[in-house]
Amino acid sequence: MADERQKPGNAAAAAKAKTGAFTPAGVSPSRRSRHKYTVRLWAVRHSRFLEWFYARFADMFLMLHPVWKLFGYDRVERPVTFVERHVKGFPFDCRMCGQCALSSTGMSCPMNCPKQLRNGPCGGVRANGNCEVEPDMPCVWVQAWKGSRNMVKGDAIMAVQKPVNQSLRETSSWLRVTAEAAAARDAATGKDA
Amino acid sequence: MAHFDENPLGAHLPLDPLPGHSSLGRLERVLRRGEFAVTAELNPPDSANPEDVYERAAIFDGWVDGINAVDASGANCHMSSVGICALLTRMGYAPIMQIACRDKNRIAIQGDVLGAAAMGVANIMCLTGDGVQAGDQPGAKPVFDLDCMSLLETVRIMRDNSKFLSGRKLTTPPKVFLGAAINPFAPPYDFRPYRLAKKIEAGAQFVQSQYCFDVPMFREYMKKVRDLGLHEKCFILVGVGPMASAKTARWIRSNVPGIHIPDSVIARLEGAQDQKKEGKQLCIDIINEVKEIEGVSGIHVMAYRQEEYVAEIVHESGVLKGRKPWRREPNPVDQLVAERIERTREGVEQNQQQMAEIAAQTPPLIRAGAPAGMSLPTLKIER
Repeated sequence: MADERQKPGNAAAAAKAKTGAFTPAGVSPSRRSRHKYTVRLWAVRHSRFLEWFYARFADMFLMLHPVWKLFGYDRVERPVTFVERHVKGFPFDCRMCGQCALSSTGMSCPMNCPKQLRNGPCGGVRANGNCEVEPDMPCVWVQAWKGSRNMVKGDAIMAVQKPVNQSLRETSSWLRVTAEAAAARDAATGKDA
Repeated sequence: MAHFDENPLGAHLPLDPLPGHSSLGRLERVLRRGEFAVTAELNPPDSANPEDVYERAAIFDGWVDGINAVDASGANCHMSSVGICALLTRMGYAPIMQIACRDKNRIAIQGDVLGAAAMGVANIMCLTGDGVQAGDQPGAKPVFDLDCMSLLETVRIMRDNSKFLSGRKLTTPPKVFLGAAINPFAPPYDFRPYRLAKKIEAGAQFVQSQYCFDVPMFREYMKKVRDLGLHEKCFILVGVGPMASAKTARWIRSNVPGIHIPDSVIARLEGAQDQKKEGKQLCIDIINEVKEIEGVSGIHVMAYRQEEYVAEIVHESGVLKGRKPWRREPNPVDQLVAERIERTREGVEQNQQQMAEIAAQTPPLIRAGAPAGMSLPTLKIER
């Protein structure tokens, strides 16, 4: 569509500045941790590789289950969270929601959506595929759809996601997934965990 | 005679349950009967006067099957949708209560759903909501605790499983017909039909679309929807509306998120002598085109600040095919009560002094002979 003029970050910024509040141009109402989206978009383009890589990585984490159990999941939580925050923060702009959905969202982190939608794009996506709230950011969900089309299990994007459990923020999603997988494996083999 | 979609004991009361229906409302009945439904959007007042709501609803009388009560649309503050719905159900209207995830978290939303259902709201529409940056109070905190999909699922669980999201039991579940919104006119275009499938899976029973100005694009979308068989699982209402002028259309295109208006539409409006009339005609033309598309069950007329044209548009497009949607008739009982009150007003005033005198002059024989409790009726007979 002919979006003739790209507005800076905040729609009708001048009108809002009149209210007296300090409103610098180009600042969006939602917190922005990155000003460029190059790395995030790279991750989406390489979603298939990242999917393969994560599958190996998850297996390795599960193999280490006895180690986590030895030290205690509670005690390894903090260092693992620290590592996870930085490892996922760089390529995905991870927001540490603690319940990672990257595999179901084409390796595009849904928590970067200003509305934090976890089930698909809202109706406000611009014709150029950018965000309604932050006009210069590519829509997280347009990217997610692209990324999911490259992935082997990309159809996971069709599943309805549960609402975010806010009490799990800033905790390690890796450890949770590993503990759940280990419990499921033990239940399947019939030995008690 | 009362309309057949009205409770004979009072228009504000729920209808009789029908097999296969999830609500006790009129809109679901109309849709499930296979009739072409018409809904409209009420312009929410910026006032605390109930008459404002009644006036704005009365414009649609006899032309629509449901009235959308918007929840701070465009993130602009107005009377709440719960409040509007409470007023409308009192009068017997069939409101569609919109819930936007922008302003309320899951605790508030579930409470509102129960409250609304208790007040007789039979239709709930689950939306994500525009970002706060679009509205008059951009400094507000965007909540977005749930998204439209998990909101649909939450209300569905409340209705079907009689449970809160937490699993706590409800003694009476909210009987509601669940709606959602679709926007086939925004990217990623090829994901949009699947998104509708997701919404249906989450619980959507009817959907209303964003303004449709690009009919070929909508046809394309509906083709995919039919291929997926989604039109059989939910009722699709196409959003339409008149544009006041080419200037308005331009403004909307660049300022309101998610509305796609092709250049041809703007050119047509610009070329017209009377742009307002042309806008209305364009809306009627679009209705006539989309009503023929297979899988379309109705239209949703959004005539913001042109609500008075809804009746004309619906009439001239002929989508109702002679059917008369419910309209608010004055209650015959009200007439009776009004007459009685009038008679009382005109009647003779009781003179307490005189009555006391009569009582004093009553022969002592009767007074003494009668027990204390009997004195009053005796007096009345005397008079």
